[in-house]
Amino acid sequence: MSKKQSQTNSIAKTKRDFLKYIFGGGIIALISSVLYPIFSYLKPPKQREVEVKNVKVGKLSEIENDSGQIIRFGNKPVIVVRTSSGDVRAFAATCTHLDCTVQFKKELGVIWCACHNGKYDLNGRNISGPPPKPLDEFRVIIKNEEVFVSKKI
Amino acid sequence: MKKYFKNIYSWIDERVELEEVVKFMGKKYVPVHSHTIWYYFGGVSLFLFIIQVFTGILLLLYYKAGEELAFESIQFIMSKVQFGWLIRSIHSWAANLFILALFIHMFSVYFEKSYRKPREITWLTGMLMLFIAFAFGFSGYLLPWNELAFFATKVGTDIAGVVPFIGDSIMIFLRGGEDVTGATLTRFFGFHVAILPGIFTLILAIHLLLVQRQGMSEPMGYENTKIAERKTMPFFPNFILRDLLLWLIVLNVLAILAVFFPWELGRKADAFASAPAGIQPEWYFLFMFQTLKYIPPQILFIDGEVFGIMMFAVAGGVWMMVPFWDRKSSRGEANRLVNYIGLFAILYIIVFTIIGWLV
Repeated sequence: MSKKQSQTNSIAKTKRDFLKYIFGGGIIALISSVLYPIFSYLKPPKQREVEVKNVKVGKLSEIENDSGQIIRFGNKPVIVVRTSSGDVRAFAATCTHLDCTVQFKKELGVIWCACHNGKYDLNGRNISGPPPKPLDEFRVIIKNEEVFVSKKI
Repeated sequence: MKKYFKNIYSWIDERVELEEVVKFMGKKYVPVHSHTIWYYFGGVSLFLFIIQVFTGILLLLYYKAGEELAFESIQFIMSKVQFGWLIRSIHSWAANLFILALFIHMFSVYFEKSYRKPREITWLTGMLMLFIAFAFGFSGYLLPWNELAFFATKVGTDIAGVVPFIGDSIMIFLRGGEDVTGATLTRFFGFHVAILPGIFTLILAIHLLLVQRQGMSEPMGYENTKIAERKTMPFFPNFILRDLLLWLIVLNVLAILAVFFPWELGRKADAFASAPAGIQPEWYFLFMFQTLKYIPPQILFIDGEVFGIMMFAVAGGVWMMVPFWDRKSSRGEANRLVNYIGLFAILYIIVFTIIGWLV
């Protein structure tokens, strides 16, 4: 009698366990099948960037000595500076500190970021303020008096 | 006429038992003492929040989110829509006064140690609302899509990217991509008008429910004053009427500010322009912004900015947890350390805000 009872008990127990796992697993499956699409939805899809090889800046004669300008390089800003000695150089215009766009500061002869007073020399090296890294350099090609900027290989 | 109102009242009363609510309100008393004035700033914050909801809904009727639409639609609101300038200026000014009122409310609660047992949850919900208010300010700042907002958002979201391990994912989630673009604007708009108000309202309800349930906090050592000397005033109508009078004053201050100092719109954001000289975040982020300027690029082995942001995160966490480490106040003992920390925080915020303003 008692043996039979304990047998039915253990059957009931495994039955209950079975239901518990089915039920618990079902809830977990439900939650994850709701959350997964939501989290995937929140992640913005990767958009293909247009591959830009090089960008024409303009005629060399039109770029003044001791000046700087921002040009579009694909969807990134690039700063093109011409030193007082006439060299043309190009760097990524995105400050390595917190992503602001830098500018050429004529009075100081540096590349300057207005957001947190970061300064780079005209070789793109971070010389003062919070920037942790130098600006990425771009290649400047001068062909038939035309200035082009391209990615450094 | 009076009879009709009475009939309507008893009709509702029969169904939802209003009698008890009225009884509860009638029994609620507000302690009167030399620090009673600080009780009003929670109410002022609430009022400013209500104004934000109303003016925000009004702005929604004309605002268009989008890279090519946002700036132009605010221009339209400011110049073409009747009283558009007023609604938008009030929304901007009230946002700033709201943060200010929250600061005053928070510091008064802090120095009164009203967070002590049993009001820990009230303090926590209040702090959460302050953080959400910052998120409101930050997301709303971008919506006009002007130059200042564009770079403020770049810097702010880049700071989120500094968080170890998950920083990049957070940044991409906030920006809706690698860079701050129209996708960011759409997201911030969603946060600002749907997600944040929803969460805020829920927490606000808990906060207010707790204040009603537990009653007003009394100053430290108040239980030592003789019962005969303890003065109170009824919450309804005495305190409510004083509250309403103050709300009226705040409304007037808002109107004066909005009329005489209408909010500027600035120049439209351009992803290919340099950050303008003199760029600054809103004043309530200024002390943190200014600190970041002084931190060198490297401290020990970590990036200066990472270090600075971690410091602020830790300080904010410690501040928020004050009911749990300040055990003395809960026991009714004086805790000088809490006061010194509070004074340091106020001085730090004021000094760095002024420096940020001047430099």
